[in-house]
Amino acid sequence: MITARGLTQTFTSKAGREKTEVTAVDGIDLDVAEGEVVAFLGPNGAGKTTTLRILTTLLKPTAGTATVAGYDVATQAQDVRRSIGYVSQSGSTGSVTRAGEEVVDHGMLYGMSAADARTRGQHLFEQLDLEGLWTRQPRAMSGGQRRRLDIVMGLIHEPSLVFLDEPTTGLDPQARANLWTHIADLRARRGATVFLTTHYLDEADALSDRIVIIDHGRIAASDTADNLKAAVAGDLVELEVAGVEQVSRAAEKLAALVAELDGVAVDGHRVSGRVRQAGRAVPGLLRDLDRTGVELSSIEVRRPTLDDVFLDLTGRSLRES
Amino acid sequence: MTFLRESSIVFRRQLRMNLRNPAWVLIGLMQPVLYLFLFGPLLKPIAAQFDYPNAYTFFVPGLLVQLGIFGAFFAGFSLIGEWRDGVIEAERVTPASRTALLMGRLWRDVLQLFVQALILVGLGYLMGMEAPFWGAVLGIALTLLLGGACAASSNALALTTKSEDTMAPIINMVMMPVLLLSGILLPMTLGPQWLQKVANVMPTKHVVDAVRNSFLGDFTVSALGWGIAWTFILLAVSLWWGTATFRRENA
Repeated sequence: MITARGLTQTFTSKAGREKTEVTAVDGIDLDVAEGEVVAFLGPNGAGKTTTLRILTTLLKPTAGTATVAGYDVATQAQDVRRSIGYVSQSGSTGSVTRAGEEVVDHGMLYGMSAADARTRGQHLFEQLDLEGLWTRQPRAMSGGQRRRLDIVMGLIHEPSLVFLDEPTTGLDPQARANLWTHIADLRARRGATVFLTTHYLDEADALSDRIVIIDHGRIAASDTADNLKAAVAGDLVELEVAGVEQVSRAAEKLAALVAELDGVAVDGHRVSGRVRQAGRAVPGLLRDLDRTGVELSSIEVRRPTLDDVFLDLTGRSLRES
Repeated sequence: MTFLRESSIVFRRQLRMNLRNPAWVLIGLMQPVLYLFLFGPLLKPIAAQFDYPNAYTFFVPGLLVQLGIFGAFFAGFSLIGEWRDGVIEAERVTPASRTALLMGRLWRDVLQLFVQALILVGLGYLMGMEAPFWGAVLGIALTLLLGGACAASSNALALTTKSEDTMAPIINMVMMPVLLLSGILLPMTLGPQWLQKVANVMPTKHVVDAVRNSFLGDFTVSALGWGIAWTFILLAVSLWWGTATFRRENA
Protein backbone atom coordinates (compact mmCIF):
# COMPACT_ATOMS: atom_id res chain seq x y z
CA MET A 1 0.00 0.00 0.00
CA ILE A 2 2.83 2.37 0.87
CA THR A 3 6.38 2.14 -0.39
CA ALA A 4 8.79 4.97 0.34
CA ARG A 5 12.48 5.15 -0.44
CA GLY A 6 14.88 7.76 0.84
CA LEU A 7 12.21 10.35 1.65
CA THR A 8 13.86 13.57 2.69
CA GLN A 9 12.41 16.94 3.52
CA THR A 10 14.43 20.00 4.35
CA PHE A 11 13.00 23.38 5.26
CA THR A 12 14.83 26.65 5.32
CA SER A 13 13.90 28.64 8.35
CA LYS A 14 14.84 32.24 8.76
CA ALA A 15 15.73 33.64 12.13
CA GLY A 16 16.65 37.26 11.59
CA ARG A 17 19.20 37.27 8.80
CA GLU A 18 20.45 33.81 9.34
CA LYS A 19 19.04 31.08 7.20
CA THR A 20 19.27 27.62 8.59
CA GLU A 21 18.42 24.38 6.88
CA VAL A 22 16.31 22.09 8.99
CA THR A 23 16.04 18.47 7.97
CA ALA A 24 12.65 17.32 9.20
CA VAL A 25 12.71 13.95 7.46
CA ASP A 26 16.06 12.37 6.74
CA GLY A 27 16.05 9.52 4.25
CA ILE A 28 13.09 7.45 5.35
CA ASP A 29 12.34 4.00 3.90
CA LEU A 30 8.90 2.67 4.64
CA ASP A 31 6.78 -0.30 3.56
CA VAL A 32 3.19 -0.87 4.57
CA ALA A 33 1.31 -3.90 3.31
CA GLU A 34 -2.36 -3.99 2.43
CA GLY A 35 -4.59 -4.47 5.47
CA GLU A 36 -1.85 -3.58 7.93
CA VAL A 37 -2.34 -1.17 10.82
CA VAL A 38 0.91 0.68 11.37
CA ALA A 39 1.62 3.22 14.10
CA PHE A 40 4.21 5.86 13.43
CA LEU A 41 5.57 6.66 16.87
CA GLY A 42 7.88 9.45 17.87
CA PRO A 43 8.17 12.57 20.02
CA ASN A 44 6.86 15.92 18.83
CA GLY A 45 9.06 17.30 16.09
CA ALA A 46 10.43 13.90 15.10
CA GLY A 47 9.11 14.25 11.55
CA LYS A 48 5.89 12.25 11.82
CA THR A 49 3.54 14.87 10.45
CA THR A 50 5.98 15.91 7.74
CA THR A 51 6.24 12.32 6.52
CA LEU A 52 2.47 12.04 6.58
CA ARG A 53 2.08 15.23 4.59
CA ILE A 54 4.46 13.89 1.95
CA LEU A 55 2.55 10.61 1.71
CA THR A 56 -0.77 12.46 1.40
CA THR A 57 0.58 14.72 -1.41
CA LEU A 58 0.35 17.89 0.68
CA LEU A 59 4.09 18.33 0.58
CA LYS A 60 6.57 17.55 -2.18
CA PRO A 61 9.62 15.71 -0.82
CA THR A 62 12.99 17.38 -1.28
CA ALA A 63 14.37 13.99 -2.28
CA GLY A 64 13.25 10.39 -2.46
CA THR A 65 10.22 8.66 -3.89
CA ALA A 66 6.99 7.30 -2.50
CA THR A 67 4.24 5.16 -3.96
CA VAL A 68 0.92 5.27 -2.17
CA ALA A 69 -1.99 2.99 -3.14
CA GLY A 70 -0.11 2.18 -6.33
CA TYR A 71 0.49 5.77 -7.46
CA ASP A 72 3.51 8.02 -7.29
CA VAL A 73 2.94 10.90 -4.86
CA ALA A 74 4.89 13.36 -6.99
CA THR A 75 3.60 12.62 -10.47
CA GLN A 76 0.18 11.03 -9.83
CA ALA A 77 -1.01 13.17 -6.93
CA GLN A 78 -4.62 13.24 -8.19
CA ASP A 79 -4.86 9.44 -8.19
CA VAL A 80 -3.28 9.21 -4.75
CA ARG A 81 -5.79 11.74 -3.39
CA ARG A 82 -8.69 9.78 -4.80
CA SER A 83 -7.53 6.58 -3.08
CA ILE A 84 -6.67 7.80 0.40
CA GLY A 85 -8.48 9.27 3.36
CA TYR A 86 -6.68 11.76 5.57
CA VAL A 87 -7.72 12.77 9.07
CA SER A 88 -5.47 15.67 9.95
CA GLN A 89 -4.45 16.92 13.35
CA SER A 90 -6.08 20.30 12.89
CA GLY A 91 -9.63 19.18 12.10
CA SER A 92 -11.45 19.46 8.80
CA THR A 93 -14.76 21.25 9.28
CA GLY A 94 -15.62 24.93 9.53
CA SER A 95 -16.86 25.99 12.94
CA VAL A 96 -20.01 27.81 11.74
CA THR A 97 -21.13 25.19 9.25
CA ARG A 98 -23.37 22.19 9.87
CA ALA A 99 -21.80 18.77 10.21
CA GLY A 100 -23.88 16.99 7.56
CA GLU A 101 -23.41 19.71 4.96
CA GLU A 102 -19.66 19.63 5.44
CA VAL A 103 -19.64 15.88 4.93
CA VAL A 104 -21.78 16.07 1.77
CA ASP A 105 -19.68 18.89 0.28
CA HIS A 106 -16.52 16.97 1.05
CA GLY A 107 -17.87 13.86 -0.66
CA MET A 108 -18.85 15.94 -3.67
CA LEU A 109 -15.32 17.29 -3.98
CA TYR A 110 -14.33 13.65 -4.43
CA GLY A 111 -16.75 13.48 -7.33
CA MET A 112 -19.65 11.80 -5.50
CA SER A 113 -23.22 12.87 -6.24
CA ALA A 114 -25.00 14.82 -3.51
CA ALA A 115 -27.40 11.92 -2.93
CA ASP A 116 -24.62 9.34 -2.64
CA ALA A 117 -22.61 11.52 -0.30
CA ARG A 118 -25.66 12.03 1.91
CA THR A 119 -26.53 8.32 2.10
CA ARG A 120 -22.97 7.34 2.81
CA GLY A 121 -22.48 10.20 5.27
CA GLN A 122 -25.56 9.28 7.27
CA HIS A 123 -24.46 5.67 7.34
CA LEU A 124 -21.07 6.72 8.70
CA PHE A 125 -22.72 8.97 11.30
CA GLU A 126 -24.52 5.88 12.60
CA GLN A 127 -21.38 3.76 12.66
CA LEU A 128 -19.37 6.41 14.49
CA ASP A 129 -22.08 7.15 17.09
CA LEU A 130 -22.95 10.54 15.69
CA GLU A 131 -26.68 9.91 15.20
CA GLY A 132 -28.77 13.02 15.53
CA LEU A 133 -25.81 15.37 15.01
CA TRP A 134 -26.27 15.81 11.25
CA THR A 135 -27.40 19.43 11.57
CA ARG A 136 -25.23 20.29 14.59
CA GLN A 137 -22.53 22.93 14.20
CA PRO A 138 -19.07 21.43 14.74
CA ARG A 139 -18.22 24.12 17.31
CA ALA A 140 -21.15 22.89 19.42
CA MET A 141 -19.76 19.34 19.47
CA SER A 142 -17.52 17.78 22.10
CA GLY A 143 -13.87 17.12 21.27
CA GLY A 144 -14.52 13.42 20.78
CA GLN A 145 -17.51 14.03 18.53
CA ARG A 146 -15.50 16.45 16.42
CA ARG A 147 -12.72 13.93 15.96
CA ARG A 148 -15.25 11.31 14.90
CA LEU A 149 -16.72 13.84 12.47
CA ASP A 150 -13.21 14.31 11.07
CA ILE A 151 -13.00 10.56 10.58
CA VAL A 152 -16.35 10.58 8.76
CA MET A 153 -14.93 13.30 6.48
CA GLY A 154 -11.88 11.15 5.80
CA LEU A 155 -13.96 8.06 5.04
CA ILE A 156 -16.71 9.61 2.92
CA HIS A 157 -15.26 8.39 -0.38
CA GLU A 158 -14.52 4.89 0.93
CA PRO A 159 -10.74 5.00 0.73
CA SER A 160 -8.83 1.73 1.07
CA LEU A 161 -6.00 3.49 2.91
CA VAL A 162 -6.59 5.85 5.82
CA PHE A 163 -4.05 8.22 7.37
CA LEU A 164 -4.72 9.46 10.89
CA ASP A 165 -2.51 12.21 12.28
CA GLU A 166 -2.44 12.15 16.09
CA PRO A 167 -6.07 11.07 16.25
CA THR A 168 -6.55 11.31 20.02
CA THR A 169 -4.38 14.28 20.98
CA GLY A 170 -6.29 16.54 23.33
CA LEU A 171 -9.08 14.11 24.11
CA ASP A 172 -10.10 13.04 27.59
CA PRO A 173 -9.43 9.37 28.52
CA GLN A 174 -12.99 8.21 27.89
CA ALA A 175 -13.20 9.84 24.48
CA ARG A 176 -9.81 8.31 23.65
CA ALA A 177 -10.87 4.81 24.57
CA ASN A 178 -14.04 5.29 22.53
CA LEU A 179 -12.12 6.54 19.51
CA TRP A 180 -9.75 3.58 19.72
CA THR A 181 -12.62 1.18 19.18
CA HIS A 182 -13.62 3.14 16.09
CA ILE A 183 -10.09 3.14 14.73
CA ALA A 184 -9.82 -0.60 15.33
CA ASP A 185 -13.09 -0.92 13.40
CA LEU A 186 -11.55 0.67 10.32
CA ARG A 187 -9.84 -2.55 9.46
CA ALA A 188 -12.20 -4.97 11.16
CA ARG A 189 -15.25 -3.62 9.35
CA ARG A 190 -13.96 -2.28 6.06
CA GLY A 191 -10.61 -3.92 5.64
CA ALA A 192 -8.85 -0.60 5.34
CA THR A 193 -5.11 -0.20 5.68
CA VAL A 194 -4.44 2.26 8.49
CA PHE A 195 -1.39 4.43 9.02
CA LEU A 196 -1.52 6.52 12.16
CA THR A 197 0.93 8.79 13.89
CA THR A 198 1.00 9.17 17.63
CA HIS A 199 3.25 10.19 20.45
CA TYR A 200 1.31 8.05 22.89
CA LEU A 201 2.92 4.69 23.60
CA ASP A 202 -0.24 3.04 24.81
CA GLU A 203 -2.02 4.11 21.65
CA ALA A 204 0.60 2.55 19.40
CA ASP A 205 0.57 -0.54 21.60
CA ALA A 206 -3.20 -0.92 21.58
CA LEU A 207 -4.01 -0.21 17.95
CA SER A 208 -1.27 -1.35 15.67
CA ASP A 209 0.15 -4.55 14.20
CA ARG A 210 3.47 -2.91 13.76
CA ILE A 211 5.21 0.12 15.19
CA VAL A 212 7.61 2.29 13.27
CA ILE A 213 9.66 4.45 15.59
CA ILE A 214 10.92 7.73 14.22
CA ASP A 215 13.36 10.06 15.89
CA HIS A 216 15.13 13.10 14.46
CA GLY A 217 13.69 12.36 11.03
CA ARG A 218 15.08 8.83 10.86
CA ILE A 219 13.48 5.46 11.36
CA ALA A 220 14.92 4.00 14.57
CA ALA A 221 13.06 0.69 14.51
CA SER A 222 10.18 -1.10 12.87
CA ASP A 223 8.62 -4.22 14.37
CA THR A 224 5.69 -5.56 16.36
CA ALA A 225 5.28 -4.18 19.87
CA ASP A 226 6.14 -7.59 21.38
CA ASN A 227 9.31 -8.00 19.38
CA LEU A 228 10.41 -4.47 20.16
CA LYS A 229 9.88 -5.07 23.87
CA ALA A 230 11.61 -8.45 23.74
CA ALA A 231 14.68 -6.78 22.28
CA VAL A 232 15.04 -4.72 25.44
CA ALA A 233 17.24 -6.65 27.86
CA GLY A 234 15.01 -7.93 30.56
CA ASP A 235 12.52 -6.66 33.10
CA LEU A 236 13.18 -3.71 35.32
CA VAL A 237 13.65 -4.63 38.97
CA GLU A 238 13.48 -1.73 41.35
CA LEU A 239 14.29 -2.12 45.02
CA GLU A 240 13.70 0.45 47.70
CA VAL A 241 15.95 -0.12 50.65
CA ALA A 242 14.95 0.87 54.19
CA GLY A 243 18.36 2.13 55.36
CA VAL A 244 20.94 4.07 53.36
CA GLU A 245 23.79 2.00 54.78
CA GLN A 246 22.29 -1.09 53.11
CA VAL A 247 22.16 0.39 49.61
CA SER A 248 25.60 -0.79 48.53
CA ARG A 249 24.94 -4.34 49.70
CA ALA A 250 21.63 -4.43 47.84
CA ALA A 251 23.31 -3.08 44.71
CA GLU A 252 25.92 -5.78 44.90
CA LYS A 253 23.33 -8.53 45.13
CA LEU A 254 21.29 -7.13 42.29
CA ALA A 255 24.38 -6.69 40.12
CA ALA A 256 24.96 -10.44 40.29
CA LEU A 257 21.74 -10.94 38.38
CA VAL A 258 22.10 -8.11 35.91
CA ALA A 259 23.78 -9.23 32.76
CA GLU A 260 24.18 -5.94 30.97
CA LEU A 261 27.14 -3.69 31.27
CA ASP A 262 25.07 -0.66 32.14
CA GLY A 263 24.35 -2.59 35.31
CA VAL A 264 22.75 -1.22 38.40
CA ALA A 265 21.55 2.30 38.98
CA VAL A 266 21.48 3.76 42.48
CA ASP A 267 19.35 6.76 43.34
CA GLY A 268 19.02 7.54 47.04
CA HIS A 269 17.27 4.58 48.62
CA ARG A 270 16.48 3.11 45.24
CA VAL A 271 18.45 0.43 43.44
CA SER A 272 17.39 -0.72 40.00
CA GLY A 273 18.60 -2.87 37.14
CA ARG A 274 17.35 -5.01 34.25
CA VAL A 275 17.08 -8.69 34.92
CA ARG A 276 16.28 -11.39 32.39
CA GLN A 277 13.24 -13.43 33.37
CA ALA A 278 12.83 -11.54 36.59
CA GLY A 279 9.91 -13.74 37.64
CA ARG A 280 12.33 -16.61 38.22
CA ALA A 281 15.25 -14.64 39.61
CA VAL A 282 13.51 -12.41 42.12
CA PRO A 283 12.54 -15.01 44.80
CA GLY A 284 16.19 -16.02 45.07
CA LEU A 285 17.22 -12.40 45.25
CA LEU A 286 14.81 -11.74 48.09
CA ARG A 287 16.10 -14.68 50.11
CA ASP A 288 19.63 -13.51 49.47
CA LEU A 289 18.89 -9.99 50.62
CA ASP A 290 17.09 -11.24 53.69
CA ARG A 291 20.06 -13.36 54.63
CA THR A 292 22.49 -10.46 54.43
CA GLY A 293 20.21 -8.31 56.53
CA VAL A 294 19.00 -5.91 53.86
CA GLU A 295 15.54 -4.65 54.67
CA LEU A 296 13.35 -3.64 51.76
CA SER A 297 10.54 -1.11 51.98
CA SER A 298 9.30 -1.99 48.49
CA ILE A 299 10.10 -4.00 45.40
CA GLU A 300 8.74 -3.48 41.92
CA VAL A 301 9.15 -5.57 38.80
CA ARG A 302 8.14 -4.01 35.49
CA ARG A 303 7.86 -5.65 32.08
CA PRO A 304 9.55 -3.57 29.41
CA THR A 305 7.30 -0.87 27.97
CA LEU A 306 7.52 0.86 24.64
CA ASP A 307 9.06 3.72 26.53
CA ASP A 308 11.94 1.41 27.49
CA VAL A 309 12.21 0.48 23.82
CA PHE A 310 12.36 4.12 22.90
CA LEU A 311 14.93 4.84 25.60
CA ASP A 312 16.98 1.91 24.43
CA LEU A 313 16.93 3.06 20.81
CA THR A 314 17.41 6.77 21.23
CA GLY A 315 18.91 7.21 24.67
CA ARG A 316 15.99 9.42 25.65
CA SER A 317 12.65 8.75 27.20
CA LEU A 318 9.67 9.53 25.02
CA ARG A 319 8.05 11.25 27.97
CA GLU A 320 10.94 13.62 28.42
CA SER A 321 11.20 14.68 24.81
CA MET B 1 -16.86 20.81 -16.49
CA THR B 2 -15.27 19.24 -13.43
CA PHE B 3 -13.69 22.60 -12.72
CA LEU B 4 -17.06 24.38 -12.80
CA ARG B 5 -18.62 21.70 -10.63
CA GLU B 6 -15.85 21.88 -8.05
CA SER B 7 -15.91 25.68 -8.00
CA SER B 8 -19.64 25.70 -7.46
CA ILE B 9 -19.39 23.20 -4.57
CA VAL B 10 -16.92 25.53 -2.86
CA PHE B 11 -19.01 28.58 -3.79
CA ARG B 12 -22.22 27.07 -2.43
CA ARG B 13 -20.52 26.20 0.85
CA GLN B 14 -19.12 29.72 1.24
CA LEU B 15 -22.41 31.36 0.40
CA ARG B 16 -24.28 29.16 2.84
CA MET B 17 -21.87 30.12 5.61
CA ASN B 18 -22.16 33.84 4.87
CA LEU B 19 -25.92 33.92 4.49
CA ARG B 20 -26.25 32.32 7.92
CA ASN B 21 -24.42 35.29 9.34
CA PRO B 22 -26.92 38.15 9.46
CA ALA B 23 -24.22 40.70 10.28
CA TRP B 24 -22.47 39.89 7.02
CA VAL B 25 -25.64 40.42 4.99
CA LEU B 26 -26.63 43.58 6.81
CA ILE B 27 -23.24 45.27 6.70
CA GLY B 28 -22.87 44.34 3.06
CA LEU B 29 -26.17 45.99 2.19
CA MET B 30 -25.77 49.02 4.45
CA GLN B 31 -22.33 50.00 3.23
CA PRO B 32 -23.32 51.50 -0.14
CA VAL B 33 -26.44 53.08 1.35
CA LEU B 34 -24.56 54.84 4.14
CA TYR B 35 -21.88 56.14 1.81
CA LEU B 36 -24.44 57.53 -0.57
CA PHE B 37 -26.63 59.19 2.04
CA LEU B 38 -24.02 60.40 4.48
CA PHE B 39 -21.17 61.32 2.16
CA GLY B 40 -23.02 62.24 -1.05
CA PRO B 41 -24.52 65.48 0.29
CA LEU B 42 -21.06 66.71 1.32
CA LEU B 43 -19.83 66.31 -2.19
CA LYS B 44 -22.67 68.12 -3.89
CA PRO B 45 -21.36 71.69 -3.47
CA ILE B 46 -17.81 70.59 -4.36
CA ALA B 47 -18.90 68.92 -7.59
CA ALA B 48 -19.83 72.28 -9.05
CA GLN B 49 -16.24 73.49 -8.58
CA PHE B 50 -14.73 70.92 -10.89
CA ASP B 51 -17.41 71.39 -13.56
CA TYR B 52 -19.12 68.10 -13.11
CA PRO B 53 -22.74 68.62 -14.10
CA ASN B 54 -23.98 66.14 -11.59
CA ALA B 55 -22.40 65.25 -8.27
CA TYR B 56 -23.80 61.71 -8.28
CA THR B 57 -22.52 60.92 -11.75
CA PHE B 58 -19.09 61.70 -10.38
CA PHE B 59 -19.49 60.18 -6.97
CA VAL B 60 -21.28 56.86 -7.68
CA PRO B 61 -18.57 55.37 -9.96
CA GLY B 62 -15.87 56.31 -7.44
CA LEU B 63 -17.81 54.69 -4.62
CA LEU B 64 -18.40 51.66 -6.77
CA VAL B 65 -14.67 51.10 -7.26
CA GLN B 66 -14.03 51.74 -3.60
CA LEU B 67 -16.57 49.11 -2.62
CA GLY B 68 -14.94 46.75 -5.07
CA ILE B 69 -11.42 47.25 -3.78
CA PHE B 70 -12.04 47.53 -0.07
CA GLY B 71 -14.72 44.91 0.39
CA ALA B 72 -12.62 42.43 -1.53
CA PHE B 73 -9.41 43.25 0.34
CA PHE B 74 -11.00 41.97 3.51
CA ALA B 75 -12.20 38.76 1.90
CA GLY B 76 -9.05 36.93 2.95
CA PHE B 77 -9.68 37.29 6.67
CA SER B 78 -12.33 34.58 6.65
CA LEU B 79 -9.86 32.31 4.87
CA ILE B 80 -7.45 32.49 7.83
CA GLY B 81 -10.20 31.20 10.10
CA GLU B 82 -10.90 28.39 7.66
CA TRP B 83 -7.23 27.54 7.50
CA ARG B 84 -7.09 27.36 11.29
CA ASP B 85 -10.10 25.03 11.34
CA GLY B 86 -8.21 22.70 8.99
CA VAL B 87 -10.70 23.20 6.18
CA ILE B 88 -8.13 24.27 3.61
CA GLU B 89 -5.99 21.22 4.27
CA ALA B 90 -9.03 18.95 4.13
CA GLU B 91 -9.95 20.42 0.75
CA ARG B 92 -6.40 20.08 -0.48
CA VAL B 93 -6.32 16.32 0.09
CA THR B 94 -9.33 15.92 -2.22
CA PRO B 95 -8.63 15.57 -5.94
CA ALA B 96 -10.39 18.92 -6.56
CA SER B 97 -8.55 21.51 -8.65
CA ARG B 98 -6.65 24.02 -6.55
CA THR B 99 -7.84 26.83 -8.79
CA ALA B 100 -11.43 25.71 -8.14
CA LEU B 101 -10.85 25.98 -4.39
CA LEU B 102 -9.88 29.63 -4.92
CA MET B 103 -12.44 30.33 -7.63
CA GLY B 104 -15.43 29.18 -5.56
CA ARG B 105 -14.43 31.69 -2.90
CA LEU B 106 -13.94 34.47 -5.43
CA TRP B 107 -17.42 33.88 -6.85
CA ARG B 108 -18.85 34.54 -3.42
CA ASP B 109 -16.90 37.81 -3.10
CA VAL B 110 -17.86 38.92 -6.58
CA LEU B 111 -21.52 38.05 -5.97
CA GLN B 112 -21.50 40.11 -2.80
CA LEU B 113 -19.95 42.97 -4.72
CA PHE B 114 -22.50 42.60 -7.51
CA VAL B 115 -25.44 42.93 -5.12
CA GLN B 116 -23.83 45.95 -3.49
CA ALA B 117 -23.18 47.50 -6.89
CA LEU B 118 -26.80 47.06 -7.95
CA ILE B 119 -28.00 48.76 -4.77
CA LEU B 120 -25.49 51.58 -5.13
CA VAL B 121 -26.16 52.27 -8.80
CA GLY B 122 -29.91 51.84 -8.36
CA LEU B 123 -29.98 54.35 -5.52
CA GLY B 124 -27.70 56.60 -7.56
CA TYR B 125 -30.22 56.70 -10.37
CA LEU B 126 -32.99 57.44 -7.87
CA MET B 127 -31.02 60.34 -6.45
CA GLY B 128 -30.50 61.93 -9.82
CA MET B 129 -27.40 60.33 -11.29
CA GLU B 130 -27.36 60.66 -15.09
CA ALA B 131 -25.62 57.76 -16.78
CA PRO B 132 -26.39 55.75 -19.93
CA PHE B 133 -27.52 52.19 -19.16
CA TRP B 134 -24.66 50.47 -21.01
CA GLY B 135 -22.18 52.82 -19.40
CA ALA B 136 -23.36 51.68 -15.98
CA VAL B 137 -23.22 48.03 -17.09
CA LEU B 138 -19.64 48.37 -18.32
CA GLY B 139 -18.65 50.27 -15.18
CA ILE B 140 -20.07 47.55 -12.94
CA ALA B 141 -18.41 44.84 -15.04
CA LEU B 142 -14.98 46.49 -14.68
CA THR B 143 -15.55 46.88 -10.95
CA LEU B 144 -16.45 43.21 -10.55
CA LEU B 145 -13.28 42.15 -12.36
CA LEU B 146 -11.17 44.48 -10.22
CA GLY B 147 -12.96 43.23 -7.09
CA GLY B 148 -12.21 39.64 -8.13
CA ALA B 149 -8.55 40.57 -8.51
CA CYS B 150 -8.44 42.18 -5.06
CA ALA B 151 -10.23 39.23 -3.47
CA ALA B 152 -7.77 36.81 -5.07
CA SER B 153 -4.82 38.84 -3.75
CA SER B 154 -6.42 39.03 -0.34
CA ASN B 155 -6.88 35.25 -0.26
CA ALA B 156 -3.29 34.76 -1.38
CA LEU B 157 -2.06 37.14 1.30
CA ALA B 158 -4.18 35.35 3.90
CA LEU B 159 -2.70 31.95 3.08
CA THR B 160 0.79 33.44 3.03
CA THR B 161 0.61 35.26 6.36
CA LYS B 162 -1.84 32.89 8.10
CA SER B 163 -2.37 35.49 10.79
CA GLU B 164 -4.85 38.31 11.09
CA ASP B 165 -2.31 40.29 13.04
CA THR B 166 0.20 40.23 10.22
CA MET B 167 -2.35 40.67 7.48
CA ALA B 168 -4.22 43.69 8.88
CA PRO B 169 -1.27 46.12 8.82
CA ILE B 170 -0.27 44.98 5.34
CA ILE B 171 -3.76 45.64 4.03
CA ASN B 172 -3.77 49.03 5.70
CA MET B 173 -0.44 49.84 4.15
CA VAL B 174 -1.71 48.97 0.69
CA MET B 175 -5.07 50.66 1.10
CA MET B 176 -3.83 54.08 2.17
CA PRO B 177 -2.08 54.98 -1.11
CA VAL B 178 -4.82 53.31 -3.14
CA LEU B 179 -7.46 55.43 -1.43
CA LEU B 180 -5.47 58.65 -1.62
CA LEU B 181 -4.06 58.34 -5.12
CA SER B 182 -6.89 56.79 -7.11
CA GLY B 183 -9.18 59.81 -7.12
CA ILE B 184 -11.94 57.76 -5.60
CA LEU B 185 -13.45 60.44 -3.46
CA LEU B 186 -12.14 63.58 -5.19
CA PRO B 187 -10.75 63.84 -8.72
CA MET B 188 -6.96 63.92 -8.93
CA THR B 189 -7.23 66.85 -11.34
CA LEU B 190 -7.98 69.05 -8.32
CA GLY B 191 -4.44 68.48 -7.11
CA PRO B 192 -1.09 69.99 -8.20
CA GLN B 193 0.88 68.59 -11.15
CA TRP B 194 3.30 66.52 -9.05
CA LEU B 195 0.48 64.76 -7.24
CA GLN B 196 -1.19 63.90 -10.54
CA LYS B 197 2.07 62.45 -11.81
CA VAL B 198 2.40 60.29 -8.74
CA ALA B 199 -1.20 59.18 -9.08
CA ASN B 200 -0.60 58.11 -12.68
CA VAL B 201 1.58 55.31 -11.37
CA MET B 202 -1.36 53.87 -9.44
CA PRO B 203 -3.14 51.25 -11.57
CA THR B 204 -6.40 51.70 -9.69
CA LYS B 205 -6.44 55.39 -10.61
CA HIS B 206 -6.81 54.37 -14.25
CA VAL B 207 -9.55 51.91 -13.38
CA VAL B 208 -11.43 54.62 -11.49
CA ASP B 209 -11.05 56.93 -14.51
CA ALA B 210 -12.34 54.27 -16.88
CA VAL B 211 -15.35 53.46 -14.71
CA ARG B 212 -16.14 57.16 -14.37
CA ASN B 213 -15.82 57.77 -18.12
CA SER B 214 -17.98 54.78 -18.77
CA PHE B 215 -20.72 56.23 -16.55
CA LEU B 216 -20.38 59.48 -18.51
CA GLY B 217 -21.01 57.54 -21.72
CA ASP B 218 -17.50 58.15 -23.09
CA PHE B 219 -16.57 54.83 -24.69
CA THR B 220 -13.46 55.99 -26.58
CA VAL B 221 -10.19 54.08 -26.31
CA SER B 222 -8.45 57.03 -24.70
CA ALA B 223 -11.14 57.14 -22.01
CA LEU B 224 -11.25 53.43 -21.21
CA GLY B 225 -8.11 51.80 -22.63
CA TRP B 226 -5.74 52.10 -19.67
CA GLY B 227 -8.38 51.24 -17.14
CA ILE B 228 -9.50 48.09 -18.96
CA ALA B 229 -5.92 47.02 -19.60
CA TRP B 230 -4.97 47.48 -15.94
CA THR B 231 -8.06 45.62 -14.76
CA PHE B 232 -7.12 42.56 -16.78
CA ILE B 233 -3.46 42.75 -15.81
CA LEU B 234 -4.36 42.96 -12.11
CA LEU B 235 -6.82 40.11 -12.51
CA ALA B 236 -4.33 37.85 -14.28
CA VAL B 237 -1.57 38.48 -11.75
CA SER B 238 -3.86 38.01 -8.75
CA LEU B 239 -5.36 34.79 -10.06
CA TRP B 240 -1.91 33.42 -10.69
CA TRP B 241 -0.77 34.41 -7.21
CA GLY B 242 -3.93 33.08 -5.56
CA THR B 243 -3.74 29.72 -7.32
CA ALA B 244 -0.05 29.44 -6.53
CA THR B 245 -0.70 29.81 -2.78
CA PHE B 246 -3.45 27.18 -2.85
CA ARG B 247 -1.16 24.85 -4.74
CA ARG B 248 1.91 25.49 -2.62
CA GLU B 249 2.78 22.98 -0.01
CA ASN B 250 2.33 24.10 3.58
CA ALA B 251 -0.61 26.31 2.75
